[in-house]
Amino acid sequence: MNTLTSFPRFIQEALQGVAPSASRRQFLASSGALVLSVGASALPGARVLAQAAAGPYPDPDFLQLDTWIVIHPDNTATFFVGKTDGGQGTGTAFRQMMCDELDMAYEQTRLVMGTTDTTPDQGGSGGSDAIETDGKPMRRVAAEARRVLLDLASEHLQTPLTDLVVANGTVSVRGTAGKTVRYAELVGGKRFNVALTGNNVNATTGTAAVKPVQQLRVVGQPIPRYDIPAKVDGSLTWAVDVKLPGMLHARNVRPPVAGAVLRSVDERSIAGLPGVVRVVSRGNYLAVVCEREEQAIAAARQLQADWVAPAEAPFPPSDALFDYIRNATPTSSEEARVSGDPAAAFAAAARVVEADYEVPFQGHTAIGPAFAVADPSDNQLTIYSNDMKSYGLRTGVADFLGLPRDRVRVVYMDGPQVYGRTAADDAGFEAAFLAHELGRPVRVQWTRAEETAWDTKGPAYTFRLRGALDAGGAVTGFDYEARAADYAHLGYNEPDTVLIAQLMGRRPARIADGGAALPSVKYGIANTRFSGHVVSLPLVWETPLRTGNLRDPDGPQVTFAFEGFIDELAAAARRDPAEFRQALVEASTEDNAFRKSRSLAVLKAAVAAYGNWESRPAPKALARGPIHSGRGIAYTYRSNTVVAVIADVEVNRDSGRVWVKRLVCAHDCGLAINPLGLRHTVECGMLHGLSRALYEEVQFDGEKVLSVDWESHPSLRHADTPERIDIVLVNGDPNPERPDLPHYGAGETSHKPMIAAVANAIFDATGVRLRRAPFRPERVLEALRAAQS
Amino acid sequence: MSVITLNVNGAVQQVDVDPATPLLYILRNDLGLRGPRFGCGLGQCGACSVIVDGALVRSCQLPVAAATGAITTLEGLSQNGTLHPLQQAWIDEQVPQCGYCQNGQIMTAKALLDRNPTPTDAEIREGMQGALCRCMTYYRIHAAIKRVVDAQGPGLAHAAVGTDSSTQEAAV
Repeated sequence: MNTLTSFPRFIQEALQGVAPSASRRQFLASSGALVLSVGASALPGARVLAQAAAGPYPDPDFLQLDTWIVIHPDNTATFFVGKTDGGQGTGTAFRQMMCDELDMAYEQTRLVMGTTDTTPDQGGSGGSDAIETDGKPMRRVAAEARRVLLDLASEHLQTPLTDLVVANGTVSVRGTAGKTVRYAELVGGKRFNVALTGNNVNATTGTAAVKPVQQLRVVGQPIPRYDIPAKVDGSLTWAVDVKLPGMLHARNVRPPVAGAVLRSVDERSIAGLPGVVRVVSRGNYLAVVCEREEQAIAAARQLQADWVAPAEAPFPPSDALFDYIRNATPTSSEEARVSGDPAAAFAAAARVVEADYEVPFQGHTAIGPAFAVADPSDNQLTIYSNDMKSYGLRTGVADFLGLPRDRVRVVYMDGPQVYGRTAADDAGFEAAFLAHELGRPVRVQWTRAEETAWDTKGPAYTFRLRGALDAGGAVTGFDYEARAADYAHLGYNEPDTVLIAQLMGRRPARIADGGAALPSVKYGIANTRFSGHVVSLPLVWETPLRTGNLRDPDGPQVTFAFEGFIDELAAAARRDPAEFRQALVEASTEDNAFRKSRSLAVLKAAVAAYGNWESRPAPKALARGPIHSGRGIAYTYRSNTVVAVIADVEVNRDSGRVWVKRLVCAHDCGLAINPLGLRHTVECGMLHGLSRALYEEVQFDGEKVLSVDWESHPSLRHADTPERIDIVLVNGDPNPERPDLPHYGAGETSHKPMIAAVANAIFDATGVRLRRAPFRPERVLEALRAAQS
Repeated sequence: MSVITLNVNGAVQQVDVDPATPLLYILRNDLGLRGPRFGCGLGQCGACSVIVDGALVRSCQLPVAAATGAITTLEGLSQNGTLHPLQQAWIDEQVPQCGYCQNGQIMTAKALLDRNPTPTDAEIREGMQGALCRCMTYYRIHAAIKRVVDAQGPGLAHAAVGTDSSTQEAAV
């Protein structure tokens, strides 16, 4: 059986829907005649096909040009890249980058992403590195394809390379009308057979150079995302839509309290229910598998099991979390980074400012709870998932089940948002395990409560900050100490730490240290001390309070504390908060990636875009009436992308409600590949940060998570939307026209300073400093009343 | 199990299922529809929204046996290959990020405009409040709705598809 072409028709069509009419599979399937007539080796991907026919799922070789680019007989091209797109439009951007280097029109191309046996392993998504890192080999291999095609054209047209010009996949001879050849005539339906070089996938290159920025035509265009039409007319097949013949439906049954041990399961308790196929229990992992989805829901609800709660409380209640973190003995401490003589600076200070900041656990809580489908047909395993790291899921599952890697593949398809280490990892392993156990395709679907309680969390933090000011209001010393509840921070798709592995009793040989991060701001402060400690909650494994990467994993927490405290110093110095920051950046001597000049550029651009920024210290004079308005600024960077945001807020003194009425963002990520998609990503990143600033918090008693749905775990909603958002794309490079202007990532940077910007605006409006996120109405009211009394 | 007749996007179909099953699972698993989506199963997020006899309904909360009216799903909004103005506006404004919730956003917006063709900004915020988006595309959703409202002009609401135009929020 030919596994590459053995997809159910439904899936085949779905994959073609992503890359209409020209996915590698369809191309291979429809080119059978070519295989027979010219032999397997002549066909792009034929080696893949030959192996697949025998069964194994290979790793596409990133050192073969044919792995990345296929030119079709109709003079279109398909690009194959090992990335995923969670809705930030990176797929569209990749096409633009590759089109430009290949000299094909955007409309002539398609893109296939993130499926382990079809696209080269670029690791999937993560770290906002798609455009910054992974886009580079894409540009280089496309440039190499163009070089090879021009060589072929030169031979075909009997014309020196220097006389050839190329546009839209057609090579012509300068000044000679009619002497042309299309790419398709040169390699359409055939292999390039060109080897690439590079020690790793990021280093992949041919011999051709990429174009200077000034010659890029498709890059920089606001091309609409190709995936949107099918997402609004209901025609897209998502990973959640995958249905296979004989597919079963599973629901997990989680321990009722963290750390509970499963003593027994009473299968008779669901004996009367229809459609029950099997109750699966292994260690403390428990699931029911049924013929139909509603049957699985009912069976999971009704199944009786005897759980024994742990003797020791697994964690403190959320009300006591921060005291616990402050008082716990650290599991690890980083050696403090000291510059200058902070002790002397504090001793000599005219004024010392001190503050504690606190951020709770916050979750991914995807709009669609985690899910996956696994198909064990043909003694192999295919997993359908939206996991942003499909390659890691494949490798992890193979290890977990003891299967050869080449018997497992992951088909990446669209799904609910993924901003890091989500429960998509866990559900993928569960579906694989159950399918392997039952020998039938199984679909696992988490419930809302399961997703909200058990998905991975961004670590909770406490911060202790001290700042020294001289008589003139200049910052002369800074002391930053962070504590993060981040011990055993989960990696991606680890066969020893995914939830099912934990519940089955597997433990990693080495437990991850976790980390307490330092701020990403390069202010010029002479005497500084930065330190971080990690603490552990009492229960390390089989707990819903498990930490993993959540959109710039520590950035929002750290930036809230740091940029909030810088605001406190500005206020103490009676300085305008924007000017105060500019002066601190001016004083910096560090200028990697021209961050200093680019930081100044975004700070100035944000103030300019705000319009009528009045130079004054915060807070402003308290207004009469219940609505107090104010402005707040925050600045940071992630990787090499620099951002400054300004929030205008209205604080209702009677209700405690905070409405962020307007947002301004100045954003410098270097070369903007697609300004339309970039603006959208920046905008949504800000609003996600706003949701974390105003609402999101994991709450729990001493044994279980209590915030389990959209009422107990509120999120930003329509009524909270700012009435105006201004985004300014800045190119603050000292040589803005340089031909090698880099393109940096944008998936997280604008998200990062939002809690700080809102806190600073609330202070400006009310004179009350909120140092504990999120700023829910009851907490705001409490702080306002405390300040009054 | 019992045989239940459903009228979905103008087609009459029969399913033999437990009548207490929420409509959502029947639409997705038996009828192969992909618009309505599971988000919470609690009626809190709107991802599963459909329109039944002109009323916005959370299909995760409605037993299939109670779905006796004309059901319109996201797939049923376009007519004769032409997108509903809201769908077109969603493309023009490039609304979705991941797109998972957008069924609920579009169906909620349709119900809103069916009952109030010229909503104010405040009415859009209030009318859309039940539709949750975790990618936070709200700002663009508002722009897309305003685009449709502006294009229609006052008093020219797009007629409800396959139903009368007296859409009400259903209390289910």
